Amino acid sequence: MTRTLYDKLVDTHKVCDLPGGDILLYVDFHIMNEYTSPQAFSGLEQKGLKVWRPEAHLSVVDHVNPTRSRAPHDAASKVLIDNLEANCTKHGIAFYGLGDRRQGIEHVVVPEQGLVSPGMVIACGDSHTTTYGAFGALGFGIGTSEVEHVLATQTLRYKRLKTMLVEVEGDLAAGVTAKDIIMKVVQVVGAGGANGYAVEFAGVAIRAQGMAGRMTICNMAVELGGRAALIAADDKAYGMAAGKPHSDGLAFDSEQWASDEGAEFDRIVTIDAAEIPPLVSWGTSPDQSVSIEGFVPDGAADMTPKAKAALDRAIAYMGLTAGQSVQDIRIDSAFIGSCTNSRIEDLRAAAKVLKGRKVAAGVQAIIVPGSTLTRMQAEAEGLDKIFADAGFDWRPESGCSMCLAMNDDIAMDGERVASSTNRNFEGRQGRGARTHLMSPAMVAAAAISGHLADVRSFTPEPE
Amino acid sequence: MPKSVTGLAAPLPLANVDTDVIMPKRFLITITREGLAEGTFADLRFDEAGNIRPEFVLNKAPWKNASILIVGDNFGCGSSREHAVWGMGQMGLTAAIGTGFAGIFYDNARKNGLVLPIVTPEARDAMLDLAAAGDGLEISIDIENRNIIAGEMSVPFEMDDATQASIIRGGDDTLDSLEHAEAIRAFEAKLGDKMRVSVLK
Repeated sequence: MTRTLYDKLVDTHKVCDLPGGDILLYVDFHIMNEYTSPQAFSGLEQKGLKVWRPEAHLSVVDHVNPTRSRAPHDAASKVLIDNLEANCTKHGIAFYGLGDRRQGIEHVVVPEQGLVSPGMVIACGDSHTTTYGAFGALGFGIGTSEVEHVLATQTLRYKRLKTMLVEVEGDLAAGVTAKDIIMKVVQVVGAGGANGYAVEFAGVAIRAQGMAGRMTICNMAVELGGRAALIAADDKAYGMAAGKPHSDGLAFDSEQWASDEGAEFDRIVTIDAAEIPPLVSWGTSPDQSVSIEGFVPDGAADMTPKAKAALDRAIAYMGLTAGQSVQDIRIDSAFIGSCTNSRIEDLRAAAKVLKGRKVAAGVQAIIVPGSTLTRMQAEAEGLDKIFADAGFDWRPESGCSMCLAMNDDIAMDGERVASSTNRNFEGRQGRGARTHLMSPAMVAAAAISGHLADVRSFTPEPE
Repeated sequence: MPKSVTGLAAPLPLANVDTDVIMPKRFLITITREGLAEGTFADLRFDEAGNIRPEFVLNKAPWKNASILIVGDNFGCGSSREHAVWGMGQMGLTAAIGTGFAGIFYDNARKNGLVLPIVTPEARDAMLDLAAAGDGLEISIDIENRNIIAGEMSVPFEMDDATQASIIRGGDDTLDSLEHAEAIRAFEAKLGDKMRVSVLK
């Protein structure tokens, strides 16, 4: 019988069936951060339980820590950080805290440390755990009650998902990136269009992507509702999984980690790569995006009153005018960072645009490398100097930062941010803040221009 | 645990209400589950100065006393924060009726007994209209028979068997799953050395 990659991952990790159609799913590796784990540890405490297999967990501080300096910026966030360290010490769990050179955004740290390999099941109290699909691994986000469950049992109660295949065929046009692919997919499928599905990405344009691009694509699969994202493991995936601090031993080689020829999916979506332009979001949901050559929508004539009201609400929150050219949208800030787009490849792409240029007057530009090791690599390549010369604030510490503004990097009411992040929700980057999602190179182009701009009009400086 | 929940329904027709909106991040800097009622929908309920926004449905009579929400598509999308579900419970909400929910939010709700019946767009829209009218709408959700009574309407809803059983039975998944400890050990015994992650080494 032919099986999808998703079926293979679930089948190989099934411990037993449970009543009601659930299964008990074995979790090979589990990651925690400081803000979705405290109540899970207190749950263990109350029930008198111990951690089933402490060596299968990793904790990383990333959500609340400042990136200007190492010390927590307030007492409450210090409590969260200290609490995580104390819980890890107590239960014998690895902890990458502030000042540890392995610290960074959890989904940047894990591949860097060789803790993801094709065929694994990985859970984390963070919705962007779908990132690991880039390796042909099943990664997914869980809530705090499930964090407690996986700590105590190394398993989760799991309901098998439906499967969706997203084929992106053909070649991308120049200046179009993995970020544009996934923003296009979100636009086509819709913000909740993949609720209840595991989404496998396939096709020439996906295979052509390097691992950083594949991680960007799988990372944002949750923005279309995908509970899991997958890409067949190939030499690129095995290549990146190998040779890292923890990867020598890891091998889940009992299967070919790809869907079988002829495997059936519940839904198939096909997208022509050549038709994808550089995209920017204009609204307050990640599916509200448009070509950089496009316009803020003014609503189709056949729109229902409810849809029109939703459109008007998004446009009003964003402080835009229906029908205006998106390139006329002026920005206050630029942010490059987040688990979606802060890897070394992202930094190189942005630096290529910024080299020899200056951030427009009045624009505050921030760059937060995805991890301490990523920052050190970038500094070794001289990228920090390119960013700093251009007028970007090169942050010395790593974390989620202004992607969700749980630290002190908070956009003001009405502040408009060109952002390489994953969510443009109301209030995401600060109460009343206005987020435009785009690729890191497009953020660089916007920062230089002072308004949303087409990266294709910026030819790199000659070497 | 309940086989049904009954209460006044409030219409919240916005689509894609994400967990940042349900529980803004400034309420997440905490190591307990408590004290989250105030943070729930805070930016919809209160203005910057902390004053009540009188136009928001849960601030108006009769919906101030609502315990059930009728919600837009894709409610609960975004971040995995279970604080969103804890806060809704602490605010006195027992159920949200919608056309579909984001996966992590749905599972978090199940763990905390928040009832999330899934209905057709037509049924949801009809309930939104009824709930928005005059004195409000009393709704009864029969979990056991997967049916909603809303005024004259009788609406079947979708809920998978495991979620339904979990909501009715309550209990503690962690403790229940530990009854399968033998099966977990047997599974682990089959794993090769190379399939055992050790972050400590």
